Amino acid sequence: MDEVELKRIIWRSRRGLLELDLQLERFVNEVLPTLNAQELAVYEQILLLPDWDFLEYVNGKSVCPDPELAVMIARIAAANAGSHGAAN
Amino acid sequence: MTKAIPVRKFDAIIVGAGGAGLRAALQLSEAGMKTAVLSKVFPTRSHTVAAQGGVSASLGNSEPDHWTWHMYDTVKGSDWLGDQDAIEFMCREAPNVVIELEHYGMPFDRNSDGTIYQRPFGGHMSNFGEKPVRRACAAADRTGHAMLHALYQRNVRANTQFFVEWMALDLIRDEKGNVQGVVAMEMETSEIVIFQAKATLFATGGAGRIYSSSTNAFINTGDGLGMAARAGVPLEDMEFWQFHPTGVAGAGVLITEGVRGEGGILRNSDGERFMERYAPNAKDLASRDVVSRAMVTEINEGRGCGPNKDHVLLDITHLDPEVIMSKLPGIREISIKFAGVDPIKAPIPVVPTCHYQMGGIPTNYKGEVVVGAEIVKGFYAAGECACASVHGANRLGTNSLLDLLVFGKSSGNSMIDFIKSAPKDLPEVAMADVERSVARVARLDNQTNGTNVNDARLAMQRTMQAHAGVFRFNDMLKEGVKKILEVEQMVKTTMIADKSKTFNTARLEALELENLIEVAKATMISAEARKESRGAHVRDDALDVPETPNGRDDANWLKHTLWHREDNRLEYKPVNLQPLTAPSVALKTRSY
Ligand SMILES: Cc1cc2nc3c(=O)[nH]c(=O)nc-3n(C[C@H](O)[C@H](O)[C@H](O)COP(=O)(O)OP(=O)(O)OC[C@H]3O[C@@H](n4cnc5c(N)ncnc54)[C@H](O)[C@@H]3O)c2cc1C
Repeated sequence: MDEVELKRIIWRSRRGLLELDLQLERFVNEVLPTLNAQELAVYEQILLLPDWDFLEYVNGKSVCPDPELAVMIARIAAANAGSHGAAN
Repeated sequence: MTKAIPVRKFDAIIVGAGGAGLRAALQLSEAGMKTAVLSKVFPTRSHTVAAQGGVSASLGNSEPDHWTWHMYDTVKGSDWLGDQDAIEFMCREAPNVVIELEHYGMPFDRNSDGTIYQRPFGGHMSNFGEKPVRRACAAADRTGHAMLHALYQRNVRANTQFFVEWMALDLIRDEKGNVQGVVAMEMETSEIVIFQAKATLFATGGAGRIYSSSTNAFINTGDGLGMAARAGVPLEDMEFWQFHPTGVAGAGVLITEGVRGEGGILRNSDGERFMERYAPNAKDLASRDVVSRAMVTEINEGRGCGPNKDHVLLDITHLDPEVIMSKLPGIREISIKFAGVDPIKAPIPVVPTCHYQMGGIPTNYKGEVVVGAEIVKGFYAAGECACASVHGANRLGTNSLLDLLVFGKSSGNSMIDFIKSAPKDLPEVAMADVERSVARVARLDNQTNGTNVNDARLAMQRTMQAHAGVFRFNDMLKEGVKKILEVEQMVKTTMIADKSKTFNTARLEALELENLIEVAKATMISAEARKESRGAHVRDDALDVPETPNGRDDANWLKHTLWHREDNRLEYKPVNLQPLTAPSVALKTRSY
């Protein structure tokens, strides 16, 4: 994966819903740089999901029918467990 | 200039692919106009996707309704600051644009007889404020999403040309002030291109990111307002912003008011249940404005929580965990995720949170941008970035999606007429604005030290939140004006480390900040000057006395604010109390 592609992915992690923006922020900063090419390709597919489906999957309200995507979505959710520490 | 800048030519350019931009584009493309739509993100990820509640229209499918009742509710909601010609136009057109949208394939919820199902919504009343009426049309809880999809598909069919991941940088005006198009940058290559057209529409959405606590996605940076202001177009009524009382501090995600209904208690840094002082009877269940006002007063008087003393706490630790799990699903999750606290064990940090911008680029109900008595030729605006003004001092729920449809369509029609009457060949592009725009980008590329973009943005957001939030104090506003002008100086010297040419998000964010700061200045300066309370602009020093009920001072302030960027000058224009055909909705004290 070249640098242009990676930066495109970072931009596309900006979404139409605040909750997704917030949940992707930490994933993009911390996990994305560690992904291999195949994992990045999976993440790119996730970015094509409609925002509300994406949010439901990340929030565990429903499960993404594609198991490969579901695994990556679980990593996004995990990256955010208790991340935005406004209180402390 | 070193290198010639490529020029692309169209009949119409639309900046923004949310509901307003897509609706306008459709009107133009279906009329055979060569139409370009620019968007920072893929159209269906525009912020319109977030709208869940619905779109209003007096279809009367469930019970009798009438556009004049809808109009009455809207004027009243606006606290009489809305222009009644535009409001009549919107409410009368509402049934047409909603039915049209249905024909475009919008999957509205339906009644058993096949008509569109309508649900009740705050502020929707029948018979001039008598009793609630079902007026909101929705597609499950994904109304905005469904609207974007229906409009996008239809645009693809109509051959609208999309330029996705392009960022418009500046408006181009010729020597006479007529608009010729925009300067835009392709994100992938950083190439700068002139988009020239006979008619240009801004549909760039809101600017909620000027506040540190906002429900708006990161994309809502007020680019259209920044571009208009830099091109010498004043911004109208920017002191009016709608807020929710309880968003998670630092994140903006809303905590439903049901939490207080279930026994949630607001506390200050002393752990005190402060609502007992402000509303001895209703306490934490007092109305939205009373709660917001109390929260801000606590923070303002130094009893806020956290290192910056900038929020209060919503405490549900005394509730049975079973109740939290069963009656308030999602709240625990939101709190853990976005505040880093488990509300069963510790209170949630909350703060009044900005939601919607009532002001914007001044237009008439045809979508034409109007400055003074003059129309800015070739320039149009619609949607949240525009001020028609139908929302006045306070927007009625579900009237925003309606605004996108009605004024998207009407600006499309105005543009078609204008394009048809314009000379066939496009004139030479005036280069002054183009050069100014190129220089802005060059400054960022050349600046090797200066302010960090994040630091400047945070300074702006904190200033806006503390000094021009949901409830306002005279001295805080005065100080806020000083502070925001200091932040402006920071923004002028921002520095980015990444100078690369491909998808340089650091540069994009720096450019967005240059737009946000224009909106922030307009808001602070306009708010400081308006010495009354009206709709969403609420001041501590505007007295609730018989001459000025609720602090609203019609004798002096029944007028629209216009902020001019070049010298921070304010000017005022009268509110249009004269509808197109209906009788005027007479001034009255607003109470529900
Ligand atoms: C959480 C939430 C819920 C809401 N629910 C409702 C509701 O139920 N009912 C209702 O009526 N209203 C609701 N609203 C308000 C309503 O959703 C918005 O006011 C409306 O969607 C704004 O639409 P728009 O077309 O003006 O802009 P947006 O949908 O925000 O679109 C702006 C477009 O402009 C583009 N753009 C911006 N800057 C540039 C640039 N420089 N270059 C190129 N492109 C650019 C973006 O890419 C995007 O395509 C809600 C708002 C929020 C935040």
